[in-house]
This record gives sequence, structure tokens and C-alpha cells, in this order.
Amino acid sequence: MKKNSLWRILAILLVFGLVATACGDDDDDVADAPEELIAVSLQLQWVPQSQFAGYYAAVELGFYEDVGLDVTIIEGGLDIVPATVLDSGGADFAISWVPRGLVPREEGLNITNIAQVFQRSGTLQVSFADSGIDSVDDLAGKNVGNWGFGNEFELLAGLASAGLDANSDVTLVQQDFNMSALINGDIDASQAMIYNEYAMVLETINPDTGELFQPEDFSIIDWNDVGTAMLQDAIWADADRLEDDADYRAAAVAFVEASLRGWAHCRDNPQECTDIVVAVGTPFGGPAHQAWMMNEINALIWPSPGGVGLMDQGLYDQTIEIATSQGILAAAPDDGAFRTDIAEEAIANLEAQGIDVKGSGFAKGVVEVAEGGE
Amino acid sequence: MITQRAGREDRRDMLKRIGRQIVVFGVFVVLMGFAYSGYKALGQSIDDKQHDWWVVGSVLPRTDDLNMPPILDILTEFGALQGGTDKVLGRLLFEEALFTLREAALGFAIGSVVGMAIAVVLARWKRLERGLLPYVIASQTVPLIAIAPIIVIWGRKNFGFMPWEWKDWMSVSIIATFLTFFPVAVNGLRGLQSPKPENLELMESYAASWSETLWRLRLPASVPYLFAALKIAATASIVGAIVGEISAGVGGGLGRRIFLEAQRYTTGPERLYASVIGSAILGILVFLTITGAERLVLGRQGREAIT
Repeated sequence: MKKNSLWRILAILLVFGLVATACGDDDDDVADAPEELIAVSLQLQWVPQSQFAGYYAAVELGFYEDVGLDVTIIEGGLDIVPATVLDSGGADFAISWVPRGLVPREEGLNITNIAQVFQRSGTLQVSFADSGIDSVDDLAGKNVGNWGFGNEFELLAGLASAGLDANSDVTLVQQDFNMSALINGDIDASQAMIYNEYAMVLETINPDTGELFQPEDFSIIDWNDVGTAMLQDAIWADADRLEDDADYRAAAVAFVEASLRGWAHCRDNPQECTDIVVAVGTPFGGPAHQAWMMNEINALIWPSPGGVGLMDQGLYDQTIEIATSQGILAAAPDDGAFRTDIAEEAIANLEAQGIDVKGSGFAKGVVEVAEGGE
Repeated sequence: MITQRAGREDRRDMLKRIGRQIVVFGVFVVLMGFAYSGYKALGQSIDDKQHDWWVVGSVLPRTDDLNMPPILDILTEFGALQGGTDKVLGRLLFEEALFTLREAALGFAIGSVVGMAIAVVLARWKRLERGLLPYVIASQTVPLIAIAPIIVIWGRKNFGFMPWEWKDWMSVSIIATFLTFFPVAVNGLRGLQSPKPENLELMESYAASWSETLWRLRLPASVPYLFAALKIAATASIVGAIVGEISAGVGGGLGRRIFLEAQRYTTGPERLYASVIGSAILGILVFLTITGAERLVLGRQGREAIT
């Protein structure tokens, strides 16, 4: 008797559950039906921040809708490798640094770079000005911080170019993704992205002066100048699907077109894009920090002499040269590692709309630093 | 009449005990605060950065404000407006905690059911126990951060057939499940095996079937063991959810908050401290919830029976 009533309760719960889910389904159908947009998803390499402002702006300002797409942006995490997510079908497109896309590709993932958005590398090695580190040679005998996880390639190549042995001439230290180790004096040179960690240290109070740290307080090694910079943020797509699925290819052209339009918009309206990113609920830093990042990100993209999103063959060759000489890649990738046809179509469409895709006149703005980036 | 008075005294005892525990906890927290500030004051009075301390200086935490933000700063940070939002950190942490709690609760529920099911199966077929238990134990040696991204991608791709929309936070729940089913399975099994031989023999003499023995003897006997396991599982589910959030890139939760605050530690160490305190409070709250449920279900006698 008692057992029967238990089963009865279970049965009732089951029925409720089914009814509830059935209702849920109906709602979804009604909501989705009227729009005839193609749903695609984009896997970011990191959390929402101005590094991805172009994509958020394209969502927010309806650029994706204009080309018939309904884009869902999926944020990254510590353990998320965008290339893997893309290849396994967890997302339709992904943002990834070039080496971090090519390594899994060499391991067998068939993905391809369809738009090289960033034309320059944002990675720096930052030390205190009084440390006497003014060039790569000066790193000899020092504690050199890096993040690991594939973020150290440019540093290793830079050391090699200066004739330094990474194992014996310097002490490589795995550091946090912040600047505490440098400020604490645990390391002599800290890895920093020009748009993030470098800003962070400028947003910090110098305990000696009671004021914010100043740019003069630091000495910077920029891998673009050293000549060991590697290409960073690019849009990647599933190569097999591009071949087999004409709809996917059309969506890729549309996606790249609207994304680049977003970046062009952010070049001309950095404050609006910063506001969009902040409104998305970036958990990272305050509005001032995002404004700094927006400005620096623009400088990594613009000017794009060949047109935004087009691969710079010279920088690509340099990236591959470093990757193979450092043992990051076993061999130079085949021709399918990147393709320019999609970006070219997208750029042609943008030019037809009168959008400036080169940004020849771009000059980096000046952004006020605020304590804590608030 | 007598029982009523006994009940009242019981309740008074209980209130007294709870009061005592709160006081002890409060005193402990205050002592910790003094230890923290005292060490800091000591360190600063000698040498702020402690570079010159022999050995000790490189082992003990440094005492400057970057490495040990003042307690007052940490506490006021809870009430400080956060840039880009119109909310104070305490409010944000509360929202993140709810997000994490949802993941953890689902993971806890699934984990408890799965764990109990494993326990019943293992108790029913002795031979399985010998064959399967090593795998159950081995499952706990799998590093969570290694499987977290796999579970997230797998969830996004393969759970499309579910009648509801599969969200990334549900994948995090599965990660939490991974931590919660284990204590329930192991303790549940012990509980199911806990009835004394004479009790089992009595059931046998009634010609009770195995399932009748399960419902009337084994399951009730396992309840105290289960609650011990659920307490572990509840806190573990929070840990699992936080670890899952850190590695899986879901759009919220205490884990993600801790991870991000660690990243911008340089410009606001007190925010990281506050986030960690927030997580600790959530862990304590779920533990207390299960303890409360245990007391409701078992009363004092039940608890004493097992301790």
C-alpha cells in the first residue's frame, strides 16, 4: 500500500515534468519562428573584453542580422581551446591566436584561418626601468616571467635571436596572469599584453611615490620590434564543412563581413564599442580599463594595409619560421592552414558599402589611466 | 506532560548549543583576523618587503598591502561599487553564488541519486562490489580540470536531443556530480550493509524478499550514514562547480569570479580575498543546510546512534 502511493507520486511527478517541458518547447518554437536568421556560434579565446569588441559591436548594432545571421558568442575559459571546440562542433567559428590554432591543426584537427584580424602582436616583456633591461640581451641572467600554455613562444624565439639559451642563460619563471610578481620583485621581466596586463600595472599605485606607476617607470621589450612577433587573433572555421557545405561557406563570408564591419565601427567609435563591451557585463576591469584595451586593440588591427582580415604573408611566414624553429610545429603547415578567399569576398562587400577597410589614417588615441581601471 | 517538558528542555538545549557554536565560530574568526593583522604589523615594523629576512623572508607571505590587503579594505570592498556596473561587490558575489549554487544543487541531486543507485546495486550483488568498487574509487583520481572542457563540449554537442535547451552550466553540474556521487556511493554501501546479522536473520525468518529487506531494514539503517556522506557531497558539489566554472568558461559563478579577480589581483587584491570569503560562506551555508536537514530527519537519537 505504502509502496503503491510512492509509485503514484513518482508517476504524477513524471507527468508534470513532461507537461512542463512540452510547454517549454512550444514557447521556444514561437520565439524562433518569425526570424529567418541562420544561427551560428562564435567561441572566444577568453572572457568578454574589448579584445573582442568588434564581435560584440556587430551583435549589438545588428551587423550580423543585416547579413542574415543570428550570432551567439560563447566566452572562453582557462581550459577551453577554441580550436578543439570548433573542430568538435561545439561552435561554428572560433577566435584563436595563430600558433594556438596551428598546433592542434598539426595534430589532426581540420580547421582553417579564414580572417587574420590582428596584424600585430600585443605581447610585451615589461621590466622596471631601473633594472637595466633595455633589450633582449639584457635578459641574460635574469628571472624572466612568462605564462606558459603556449604564450611563451615569442619570448623563446626572442631569446634565441639574441643568442641566449633559454635553459641556461635565463631563469624562466611561470607567472600568474597578473603583474604582482614583477611588483613584488620576484621576477625581473614580466610577460604582459599591451592591452591588458601592461594597463593593469599603470593602474596600480606605486608604493614608493603614492601615485600611479608611470610609463617612464618601465622598460618594454616589444616583440614586433625584435622581429619575433607571432600572429594573434584570427577567425577560424571548420575546413571540412567549408568544402562540403555551401551554406556554411556562405555563412562564413557573411560572418567575416559583419565582424570586420564591427571592427571598422570600433576603430571610428572606440567609446561606443567600449560601452557595448562594458554593458555585456565584462567581468574584467572597469570602463577605463576597457577603454584602454579598445584603443590598444585598434592599434593591433589598424592600419591594415592589405585590407582588414587579410593575411599578411610576411608575418605569416615569420610566425611559421618561429614556430618550426622553436619546435612548436614539427613542420610548416600545408596551404590549407589559412585561406583568403572568404576574407576577400567579405572585404569586397564592405567596400561596396563604402566602408573603409584599411584605416590608413588611423592613429592611436590617448586614453587616461584610472586607478584600478574603474 | 513529562515528554512535553523533556521536549522543551531539548529545544532549550539545542538553542544553547547553537548559540555556543556561533559564539565559538565568531571568536575564531576574530582571532584569525588578529593573527592576520598582527603578522602584518610585525612584518611591516621590521621590513615591508622582507627581502632581507634570512630564509624566512622567502618562505612566509609578504606583508605589504598588495600581498596582504588590510582586513578593513576587504570588508569595505563588499560594499564598494564595481566599475561598469551599478552594483556593489557583495551584491555581485551574491548573484554569482546563486549561479554556482544552482549548478552545485543539480550536481548534488544527480550525484546523490547516482551514488545511492550504485550503493544499492553493489549491496545487492556482492560480486559486483568486488569488481566495480575499484573503478568507483579510480573515478576519483581523474583530474577534474582535464575532463571539464571535454564535458562542456560534449554537452553542447550531444545533448541537443534533450527536451530542454542544454546550457553550459548544466555541464558544470555534471562535473560537480563527479565529485558528489562518490561519498554517497561509498557511505551508502556501508550503511546498507550496517544492519546487524540478527536483524537480517529476522527478516529472513519472515521470508522477506530482498527488496522488502531493502525498503524496511537496509535503507532506514543507511540514513545516518547517508547524511554523513551528503554533508561531504554538498561541500564537494560547490568545489566541483567552482572548479568547473574556472576551466569551462560558463558565463558566471563564484569560480569564474575568483579566476578573474586573481587575474586583476595587482589592481585590487581585496576583491580576490572578498570573493574567496564569499565562496567559503556558500560552502558553510550548504553544509549547515544538510546538517539542519539531518537533525530534522534523525533527531538527536539518530545522530547518537551512529556517533
